[in-house]
Amino acid sequence: MVKRSNEPFWWALFGAGGVVAALCLPALLFMTGVAFPLEWLAAPDYESLYGLFENPLVRLAILAIVSLSAFHWAHRFRFTLYDGLHIKHLNAPVALFCYGSAIAFTGFAALSLYTF
Amino acid sequence: MTYGRYQKYHPWLYEPRFPILWWIKKWAYIRFILREMTSLAVVFYAVVLLLYVNAVSDGPEAFAAFTAWLKSPLSISLHAVAFFFLVFHSITWFNLAPKAMVIHIGAKKVSGSVILAMNYLTWVVVTVGLFWLLTF
Amino acid sequence: MSNSGLQPTIDLEVYRYRPEQQAEPTYDTFTVPLRDEWVILDALNYIKDELDGSLSYRWSCRMGVCGSCGMMANGEPVLTCAAFLKSYAPGSIRVEPLANFPVARDLIISMDDFMEKMNRIQPWIITDEEKPLEEGEYLQTPDQVDEYKQFSMCINCLLCYSACPIYGMEPSFIGPAAIALAQRYNLDSRDHGQETRMDILSTDDGIWQCTFVGECSEVCPENVDPAGAIQRYKVTSTNDWWKSKLLPWTSKQ
Repeated sequence: MVKRSNEPFWWALFGAGGVVAALCLPALLFMTGVAFPLEWLAAPDYESLYGLFENPLVRLAILAIVSLSAFHWAHRFRFTLYDGLHIKHLNAPVALFCYGSAIAFTGFAALSLYTF
Repeated sequence: MTYGRYQKYHPWLYEPRFPILWWIKKWAYIRFILREMTSLAVVFYAVVLLLYVNAVSDGPEAFAAFTAWLKSPLSISLHAVAFFFLVFHSITWFNLAPKAMVIHIGAKKVSGSVILAMNYLTWVVVTVGLFWLLTF
Repeated sequence: MSNSGLQPTIDLEVYRYRPEQQAEPTYDTFTVPLRDEWVILDALNYIKDELDGSLSYRWSCRMGVCGSCGMMANGEPVLTCAAFLKSYAPGSIRVEPLANFPVARDLIISMDDFMEKMNRIQPWIITDEEKPLEEGEYLQTPDQVDEYKQFSMCINCLLCYSACPIYGMEPSFIGPAAIALAQRYNLDSRDHGQETRMDILSTDDGIWQCTFVGECSEVCPENVDPAGAIQRYKVTSTNDWWKSKLLPWTSKQ
């Protein structure tokens, strides 16, 4: 019996993150990072943002977006280093760094969104 | 070690070494590396988005300070570059998805162009929805 | 070959490697007639017949069916029987053996590695039990044929392996054509070998090495789309993995 890879676990998170990032991030980044600061669009005021983020469903959605995006990065960046720099011998530490960062970031995000 | 794996029993075989910077040799490979690099823009914005929410959570002063940083030239240029990478990610992601996703209705395979159209339609709907959520 | 002064010509820089004479490959430049109807393979045949009989290369059908004349032309893997000289003119053509394979002599690569991998994925119809003869043929609907037909067109020309940087870096990677061939049998309604092939393909040397560069499908002369076959298999393998972890009682073993 050959050992099947556990890659599907990470690949599923990578895929889910890829979909979420492809659908949501361009619009969100365009607004908060470009259009609001440059005043191309009227930015929402503090009170309405606070009201929006008070909704636990909104915070749950934000947690899903940022966490899956981080796992998407972790998997893809691991292979970018692997392919782009030929560092197969560093596979274990690179994987630990990438997935570890994504897990730590998810924990931090969950905590700070929970205690909003 | 994979290089030289034929040397022992087939010493007459010539085995060229694979170039380390292989991806600068062809436009298609450069495009591939750029596509893979979009993950940096994704994680950059994931962090910014969380900081944005946290700034709102920390009170009006913290939010004002964060908004002021967002208006700095450094932030605007970072976001502008990241925006192009994110759009590149979305386009390549949606274009390649029909290769992995095979959907059947009954015995018939749904054609790739239908899946492609559904992807872009969903993108438009989500984008409009997010604009509506944050600007009204 | 008279009137050579009037006939337009093109230069071929041809990769030479004669292991009994040289440790490192060199390039020989040959000037050949530039004819509208000539492909690179015609130019190589001209060189062998008229200029240097020692040049070695593989070819057979010269019509895109046998898959034996694949080489690098100006760095791109092509079937030389389908690459017209005039599409490279003006300018010379650098002809090299297929990339990512060890070179045996001149333009001839060793394809042992691929032969072993092709065998490993068990490219034949595996059935649980043979149907008795009196029950007749194994019938398929046109829709069932469509499921695998594209993946059955492979001519084993190995252009996809030459275009694949992952195979170049990691020769243990099973690679595009072999995985597409595995899919050809997996998706055949008569076949029951999916589980066996899953054991081979969902290891680290199988599909999980692939990062979807996608060039294998670009260079394929038969539009087999190995990149698509691999991505589809990642989805299958992922569903399988989650099922075996979350609903262990549903998997067979």
